[in-house]
Amino acid sequence: MDIKDIIKEENLVYSKTKVLTDNVMHYCPGCTHGVVHKILAEVIDELNIQEKTIGVTPVGCAVLAYNYLHIDWQEAAHGRAPAVATAINRLYPEKYVFTYQGDGDLASIGAAEIIHACNRGEKMLVIFINNGIYGMTGGQMAPTTLEGMPTSTSPYGRDVKMTGQPLKITELIAQLPGTCYVTRQAAHTPAAVRKLKKAITKAFDNTGKKKGTSFIEVVSTCNSGWKLSPVKSNEWMVEHMFPYYPLGDMKDE
Amino acid sequence: MAELKLMKGNEAIAEAAIRCGCDGYFGYPITPQSEVMETLMARKPWEETGMVVLQAESEVAAINMVYGGAGCGKKVMTSSSSPGVSLKQEGITYIAGAELPCLVVNVVRGGPGLGTIQPAQSDYFQATKGGGHGDYRLIVLAPASVQEMYDFVDLGFELAFKYRNPVQIQSDGVIGQMMEKVTVGEFKPRLTDEEVVKRYGSWATTGKTANRDRNIITSLDLDAYRQEQFNLKLQRKYKEIEEKEVRFEKIACEDADYLLVAYGSSSRICQKAIEIAREKGIKVGLLRPITLFPYPTKAIQAMLGQVKGILAVEMSAGQMVEDVRLAVEGKVKVQHYGRMGGVIPTPNEIVKALEEQIING
Repeated sequence: MDIKDIIKEENLVYSKTKVLTDNVMHYCPGCTHGVVHKILAEVIDELNIQEKTIGVTPVGCAVLAYNYLHIDWQEAAHGRAPAVATAINRLYPEKYVFTYQGDGDLASIGAAEIIHACNRGEKMLVIFINNGIYGMTGGQMAPTTLEGMPTSTSPYGRDVKMTGQPLKITELIAQLPGTCYVTRQAAHTPAAVRKLKKAITKAFDNTGKKKGTSFIEVVSTCNSGWKLSPVKSNEWMVEHMFPYYPLGDMKDE
Repeated sequence: MAELKLMKGNEAIAEAAIRCGCDGYFGYPITPQSEVMETLMARKPWEETGMVVLQAESEVAAINMVYGGAGCGKKVMTSSSSPGVSLKQEGITYIAGAELPCLVVNVVRGGPGLGTIQPAQSDYFQATKGGGHGDYRLIVLAPASVQEMYDFVDLGFELAFKYRNPVQIQSDGVIGQMMEKVTVGEFKPRLTDEEVVKRYGSWATTGKTANRDRNIITSLDLDAYRQEQFNLKLQRKYKEIEEKEVRFEKIACEDADYLLVAYGSSSRICQKAIEIAREKGIKVGLLRPITLFPYPTKAIQAMLGQVKGILAVEMSAGQMVEDVRLAVEGKVKVQHYGRMGGVIPTPNEIVKALEEQIING
């Protein structure tokens, strides 16, 4: 059989979703952002909510996420995405509003905004990328950096006596009555990708049903910041991040 | 139908917001402006017009809610007083950088720091020279009466959308707290979502439809050349605002030998000072800037052939006086008189300062 007999329209089993743009992503090879963007785009496409979805990008590596998904976007100041999304949600209750934030953005400078938006039960979803480091600014210590983990501002490893324990903000968020769905996922294996996609689909569904805030943490890698190869990063994440940040649902109402 | 009402300056802001078709107010309590949100919460405009009113967790959150609402093409506002407006500076520069229309009200109190809850005008630099980072300007309106507090809400939104630029009402604790009669206008309906799409769909995040590319609200451009081009575009906009939107009032200037320049509550006190001075035979007039940016530079310059000296009166250590001096370019004597920390000058003090610093100085 010739290759031309195989590559035919009727044999198509998978294609790039139309919600993803053709822009070349600026993310480092091996970075988790690209996978999460793709899943997000697929879910928006499958739920047919492209015209109703408004995303809010953070400050951090995902600041340019608006280049990659064909939806309307607002780029927020560092940590303020939940406040920006609150107003969009209140003024357009029929839209699907989500924030996409990293650990420095959400768990450090924007801790107040995320806690209060979740406590008010804003009808939106939050994608929280936790790779334990400030990627864009060059690998500084984040609130979620593990104990002993070296970064450019903790070159001898995070000293928890000086800076406190890594912040499990998702556990805090799960305590808030405004949240309806709080889960911690990953995207390092095909099985994990399928689970994450299910979680994001459920979160958008909750938003459509006005159930409350849905919050999805994605334990992620930053191979550039961690100074490991993409494969080694995944192994390091499984070995070190997962024990401290265990995967699974914390709340599903 | 137009009605006459007795109300506080802060209440006038709230009433005007409801009546001019404002879509959302986001605020945080601070003296001496808390009546703005209190009035809105008591009025429940969400039942009347559908207007959203939300008490935010902080000033920072409130101004970022304004960013989000403005980015959707909605008519949104916040209000605060000096320490709170300092917190809002981050959001204001992002709003200016993303070219979003919105209204910010500052009912100024004495500083620096926590300062006092009494009135002051010591945030002039912050409002007119850019309190946040970067080369940006706000359109700054300075009401001198409760009526103007009311009128400038609608005017502020009109200018904000005309230029896609944040507008600030620069009031103070006197104007915010005092009661005067106000003619309130008729209700203007809020725009429907369809009208918002029609008017602002070219830039606002109203949802990406098949007939247009995605809209992105951002102040970020990492390409230095493009960022410079964007800055030049902003500067052209500010120039146009300076050419078209200067507002001021002249009182008793026809025969004036001397000129007082004052805005807001100081201009009200100056009106009494003019009466006292004229009884003493001193011919003095008042030029009241209504827009602090754009500043009425040409109006001051037009007085230079006529007046022998100018006294700028403000409740500050001397901030607006710098713009008077820039306009005058050393051609006549310019002095500043002011009180600080929440102390309000008396008309007699102003006349004495005019005599000592300008006439005999």
